Amino acid sequence: MAELTLVNPYPDALTGVEMRYCPGCTHGTAHRLVAEVIDELGVKDRTVAIATVGCSVYAYEYFDTDAVQASHGRGPAVATGIKRVHPDSVVFTYQGDGDLASIGMAEVVHAAARAENFTIIFINNAVFGMTQGQMAPTTLLGQKTTTSPRGRTVAEAGHPIRICELLDTLDGAAFLAREALTTPARIRSAKRSIRRAFETQLAGAGFSLVELLSICPQWWGMDVLEAIDHVEDTMIEYYPVRVFRDRLGEEEGGGDA
Amino acid sequence: MREELFMAGLGGQGVNLAGQLIARAGMDLGLNVSWFPIYDPEVRGGSSTCTVILTDERVGSPTSDHPTSMILMSADAVGRFADRAVEGGLIVINSSLVHEAPACHACRMLMVPANEIAVEIGNDRTVNMSLLGAWAAGTGIMGIEDIAASLRAMLPERHHHHMPDNEEALRRGAAIGRSACLGDD
Amino acid sequence: MSEQRQRVLITGNEATAEGGIAGGCRHFFGYPITPQNKIPEYMSEHLPPIGGVYLQAESEVAAINMVYGAAAAGARAMTTSSSPGISLMQEGLSYMLGTELPCVIVNMVRGGPGLGNVAAAQSDYWLATRGAGHGDGRCITLTPYSVQELHEFTAGAFEIADRYRNPVCVLADAILASMMEPCELLPRREPSPPERPWAVGPHDPAERERNIVNSLWVDHNLMEAVNLRIEERYRQAAEEITDWEEFGSDDPEVVLCAYGISARICESAVGQAAQAGVRTRLIRPKTVFPFPRAPYARWAERVERMLVVELSMGQFVEDVLLSVEGRCQVDLLGRAGGSMPTVADVVERVVALAGKAGGH
Repeated sequence: MAELTLVNPYPDALTGVEMRYCPGCTHGTAHRLVAEVIDELGVKDRTVAIATVGCSVYAYEYFDTDAVQASHGRGPAVATGIKRVHPDSVVFTYQGDGDLASIGMAEVVHAAARAENFTIIFINNAVFGMTQGQMAPTTLLGQKTTTSPRGRTVAEAGHPIRICELLDTLDGAAFLAREALTTPARIRSAKRSIRRAFETQLAGAGFSLVELLSICPQWWGMDVLEAIDHVEDTMIEYYPVRVFRDRLGEEEGGGDA
Repeated sequence: MREELFMAGLGGQGVNLAGQLIARAGMDLGLNVSWFPIYDPEVRGGSSTCTVILTDERVGSPTSDHPTSMILMSADAVGRFADRAVEGGLIVINSSLVHEAPACHACRMLMVPANEIAVEIGNDRTVNMSLLGAWAAGTGIMGIEDIAASLRAMLPERHHHHMPDNEEALRRGAAIGRSACLGDD
Repeated sequence: MSEQRQRVLITGNEATAEGGIAGGCRHFFGYPITPQNKIPEYMSEHLPPIGGVYLQAESEVAAINMVYGAAAAGARAMTTSSSPGISLMQEGLSYMLGTELPCVIVNMVRGGPGLGNVAAAQSDYWLATRGAGHGDGRCITLTPYSVQELHEFTAGAFEIADRYRNPVCVLADAILASMMEPCELLPRREPSPPERPWAVGPHDPAERERNIVNSLWVDHNLMEAVNLRIEERYRQAAEEITDWEEFGSDDPEVVLCAYGISARICESAVGQAAQAGVRTRLIRPKTVFPFPRAPYARWAERVERMLVVELSMGQFVEDVLLSVEGRCQVDLLGRAGGSMPTVADVVERVVALAGKAGGH
């Protein structure tokens, strides 16, 4: 019998606690990518995860690192406090679109402007998940949610916010990328960006954020494959997937990562 | 003993610094002191007031309903505050800017041409000092040498070359304060 | 101690800031608001040269959450503000109660409600002693009445916060903030907080398990356990740190009740009332949570009337009423919105009350 080698073991930086996400949700994928990067960089014992408010509120149960549970939207302020006390720690917040782009907009913008040296994993699924499907700042025009039952209109709710593009105006942001958790190729690309974001932090280069276009079959009213198609066919059109800024790469003289 | 000194003038006239100097001099003399300011919203040009309490007992309230002495540095200050002085209190007025003494018969009034004195000395930063000199002589709470010593301690080294001018202004003010006291007797 | 303490004439704001540094604070997060701006200004000048961190937050909301993060990371952290800003900090304080983290906040209270004004008020008494956001917790609340006490109470607040793992509020006002008095400065102590086995940060996994700072307890039994732990600490604090001062006649006709700047006015009123022929005694809390119920209860047995003087239309008076439990009459002289009673106002009320009391 041929010897089997486990090429992709369960990450050390995850606890193994059963996650409470809905079937098909891409939160699990995002957690795994972040955990793999923590393991690859060997920083588990100096990492502090900031769980926020949303479906990922229990992130502190899943990441096998020190963790702080922050109030809704304030993750970047809490991360700032920790990082200013322990500059040698590796700090990341894990925030959804309600947490980051709605109630926490001031905190993320100012953390980026101050070039705070931590990393944000920003899950954009264009809907409030935990509170059961209400409209988010990133909800697309026409998208039906439990608080835009006829579809989001400009007249009623204005336009969706593009976070990466907004933060790309700030000099303090050192790494900004938008990725999508849809196909194997895109997931590999997402991991490269997450790793780059953590490397940016380890280099002390400043603020880093990776936006992950994610699916929410439950509140989109789709099955998983339809939801993935929706990202590919519709979301990416409004939220282009690319690396917006890679200051480490610029310093290294390279182009795209 | 409890002296409640109220000072008022325009922002930029140095009302608060002069008040702090008296509080500091009182502290250096071993008195219990407090200094309490009220500003208008304008940083410059608005009115500026402060209250200094000097006492050998507990300070208690740092504010004063009826000050035992006042230094009023502008016509606006005289108009707004002169009638608050306690009966028999002392009011020192910058007569360079206030041409009519207030009708306050129950108070002792000292008119000090502080701006003219500063011009004669040749140092426009000394306007406050002649007023403080007159106040010190008029109240007898502290000597002008006490004020000068505390001023020297408060001033950064780089401003110590102003000390002779300040001491001269204190002396001129005190002379007015003394003569007025004699006149009252 | 052979240490020569430096005696300086400084504002309450400066004394508070230096008190923070003396108490071991090296992490300050704040946002400008009058009348306490001299505190962040002082911290921005003095903390970085001694290896500390001053950070101007984007809002009071962010400031208290930075304090939350810094406290979670084990630092002695502090923020200061004034009434509207303290309103914004309530959510963060609630999280710090829920996670049992120490911190120090200072409230230089100003007139309200709303944007109000920048004059002195005491209308945040409930916010301080009942507040700290949603849920069943409170700030331990200290009420200095002089520049010296602002300095000492702020320095001491860090020990108290550590001992009870609870936010401590130094509750003062716009006058105490801006007035100058002589202040004997405490030596700046090194930030040497007690062991914090619960703090997050880089660590050797051989020495401890991972730490989680969390206030989410979906199981109500676990949530209640947190509350019971907090309550037990408050009971301990009531025994250990309740503090007050009494001043005036040993045989009073009227007992004056006031804290902070109102107590300064009453202190003057004690003397002037004596001149008017009325014996008074001032009971001045230095802590209002825990509240010094004992002296009020004791004197309530011996006088017929107490007069509460506060810069609010009646908040502190409720704690006095709870303390005297109906054993004497309690009157209120309240002013609001930044207005202040004069010493003469207090004396007038005292004389009137003594007249009534004498009529029995």
